[in-house]
Amino acid sequence: MTAPFNRPDAHGYYGSFGGAFIPEMLHRNVAELQARYLEIMQDPTFQRDVDALLRDYVGRPTPLFLAERLSAKHGTQIWLKREDLCHTGAHKINNTVGQILLAERLGLKRIIAETGAGQHGVATATVCALKGLECVVYMGEKDIERQAPNVARMRMLGATVVPATSGSKTLKDATNEAIRDWINHPVDTHYIIGSVVGPHPYPDMVARFQSVISAEIRKQLLEKTGSELPTHVVACVGGGSNAAGAFYHFLEEPEVAIVAVEAAGHGVHTDMSAATTQLGKPGILHGSMSLLMQTEDGQVIEPHSISAGLDYPGIGPMHANLYKSGRGIFLSATDDEAIASAFEVSRLEGIIPALETAHAFAALDQMTFSPDDRVVVCLSGRGDKDLATYMQFMH
Amino acid sequence: MSRLHELFKHKSSRILNVYCTAGFPHADSTLPVMKALQDAGADIIELGMPYSDPLADGPVIQQSSGVALQNGMTIAKLFADLKDFRRDVSIPVILMGYLNPVLQYGFKRFCGDAAAVGIDGLILPDLPEYEYETIYGPVMKAHGLDMIFLVTPETSEDRVRRLDELSSGFLYAVSSSSTTGSGKKMDSVEAYLMRLKGYGLQNPVLVGFGIRDRETFDTACKHANGAIIGTAYIQQLEHSDEVEKATHDFLGSILT
Repeated sequence: MTAPFNRPDAHGYYGSFGGAFIPEMLHRNVAELQARYLEIMQDPTFQRDVDALLRDYVGRPTPLFLAERLSAKHGTQIWLKREDLCHTGAHKINNTVGQILLAERLGLKRIIAETGAGQHGVATATVCALKGLECVVYMGEKDIERQAPNVARMRMLGATVVPATSGSKTLKDATNEAIRDWINHPVDTHYIIGSVVGPHPYPDMVARFQSVISAEIRKQLLEKTGSELPTHVVACVGGGSNAAGAFYHFLEEPEVAIVAVEAAGHGVHTDMSAATTQLGKPGILHGSMSLLMQTEDGQVIEPHSISAGLDYPGIGPMHANLYKSGRGIFLSATDDEAIASAFEVSRLEGIIPALETAHAFAALDQMTFSPDDRVVVCLSGRGDKDLATYMQFMH
Repeated sequence: MSRLHELFKHKSSRILNVYCTAGFPHADSTLPVMKALQDAGADIIELGMPYSDPLADGPVIQQSSGVALQNGMTIAKLFADLKDFRRDVSIPVILMGYLNPVLQYGFKRFCGDAAAVGIDGLILPDLPEYEYETIYGPVMKAHGLDMIFLVTPETSEDRVRRLDELSSGFLYAVSSSSTTGSGKKMDSVEAYLMRLKGYGLQNPVLVGFGIRDRETFDTACKHANGAIIGTAYIQQLEHSDEVEKATHDFLGSILT
C-alpha cells in the first residue's frame, strides 16, 4: 500500500516534506506533543468534548449551500461549505477549539499564537477567554494596520497583541516571534499554530482538527445529491489549513479533483507574489521541510498578497506533497482577480467572502465544468474584516 | 586529530569561544574580526552564517544577520573570504548556521568547501538528530568535520547522553531556555552544569547563552570547560569603529 496523502509517516513526513527541524530549546515541548497528540485526540472523552464545543459554541455542522446564481454562471453545480458561519467568522476556530482542549489535557496555562489576517488570532483569543487562559498573539505590524477590526476583537477578548516588527512584518515574522516566545517559555506555554505548518506533529494535528470540514461535506453531499463525493473540491491555500480540512477525506478518492488556489499577488511572474508552489523550492521554514520561496542563497523571500492570510512564503508539507505528487491541481489568482470575485460573489449570492476565500472563487474562472459536476468551494471565512480593503475598490 | 581535539587535549578549563556573524559589521570584516579574536586570546571562533529567519536568536544577533545579508554575505562569498584564512588563524573555527541556506548551497558541496578551507566543525541548531543520523552525519564525517549538538536545562539525561554520543569536538550547553541575548538570569545554571558534569560525558562542555562578562564567564567555567560569548561581543562591535580595539578591550575585560 502506498502512503496516504492526508497523513504523515512516524517522523512527520508527507513524501519528502515535513519533519521537525527545531532547535533543541523546543525539543521537549515538541516531543511531548508528538508522543501524546494522537492518544489524546483519539480518547473518546476528548472527542466528545471537542464535538460538544463544535456543535454548541462554534455552530457546527456548517451548512452546505447550493449557490444557484454562481452555478448558472459556471454552468455546473457549485456548493459552498459555509465555514464563514462558524463563530468568529472563519474555519480557524475548528482548530483552536481542539488545541485549547489539548492544552488543558497537557496542563498548560499560557497560550501563544501567530496570526496573519487576524482570524486565527481572534479564534485563539476566543477559546482562551472561554477557558480563562492567558493569551498572547503575535501579528505582523503591517497586518495590524490592514486588519484593524480583528486587532480590536482580540483586545476586547482579553488577548495581548504583540506586533512583529522584523522582516516583512507579516505572517512569517509573526510566526518567528511566536516560536521565539515558545523558546523563552518552555514550561507553561502551548503554541497554537493556526495552519498546517510548523514542526511535526502540527501539520497533522491541525489537519485532523480541520478535517471536520470534509467529513461534513461527505455527509451533506450524500443527503443533498445522493453521492457523497464531489467532482471537485476547491480551497484557497496560504499555509493551507482550510484546504487541508476540505481535502482531507477526499484525498484517497482518486476521482475527486483536489484544487488548491494560491495568491498570485500582482502576478506569479512579478516580484510581488505568494504563489509558493510556482515559485518555491524545497526548503525549511518554521520547523518543516516544504516548498519555500527563497533566494538562490536560501534566504526566505518576502512574499506579497493583498490578503494577509495568504501572504506567506511557505505552504504546509501536506500540500507540498500534493503538488509534487500531482494529486492536487494548483492554481493561483491575482489580487485584482480576487477583488473582482469578492464583489461578484457578494452580488450573486449575498455573501461577502474573506479576501483569502475570494481567491478560491477567482480560480473557478480558470476551470471548465460539466453541468453534472458537483463542485464544492470551501467558503473559509467572511469578509467583514476586509471591508476597509473592499471600500477602496467601490467606485 | 581535529583542531578541537588538539585544543582540549592541552587546555581543559576557561576555554573562551567567541561568536561573530560573518560579514558583520562590514562586508570585509570577517577576517579582521577573526584575527582580532585570536590575538585577543579567544580559543575558538564560532562564525555565524547569516540567515533571514534565525529562530533561536534574539534581536541583537538577528540584527547583525540582517546587516550581514545587506552587506552581501552569502555562503559562497564566505568560502571565498575564508580561502586563505589558515595563513593567519590557527585556532579552531566552527561554522554556525540554520540549515536552509546550507541545503540550498548543497550539503555535500558545503562540507567539502568547509573542510577544504580549514573549518573544523559545524553547529546547525535546527538539524534534528534523526536527519543527522540518516542523511547528513555521514557526509560531515567523511569530510572530517565535528558536529556540535546543543543541550538545554530541559534536555533529559538520556537525551543528553545520546546527543553527547552524536557530538564530537564539544557539547554546547545552553544555560537557560531562551533565545540568544535574552538576559535571563543564570540562577540555576550551576546546578544544571553540575548535573551535566556528573554524567561523565565523552565531550568537553562549553556553556552558551547569557555569558556576557567576567562574572558570568567565571560562573560557567566553575563547572564546565569554558563558555561561548555571542550577543555581548556583537554589541561591542556595533558600538565601535575599530574592530581590533573593541575586541581587545572586550576580551581583556573577561580574561584578565
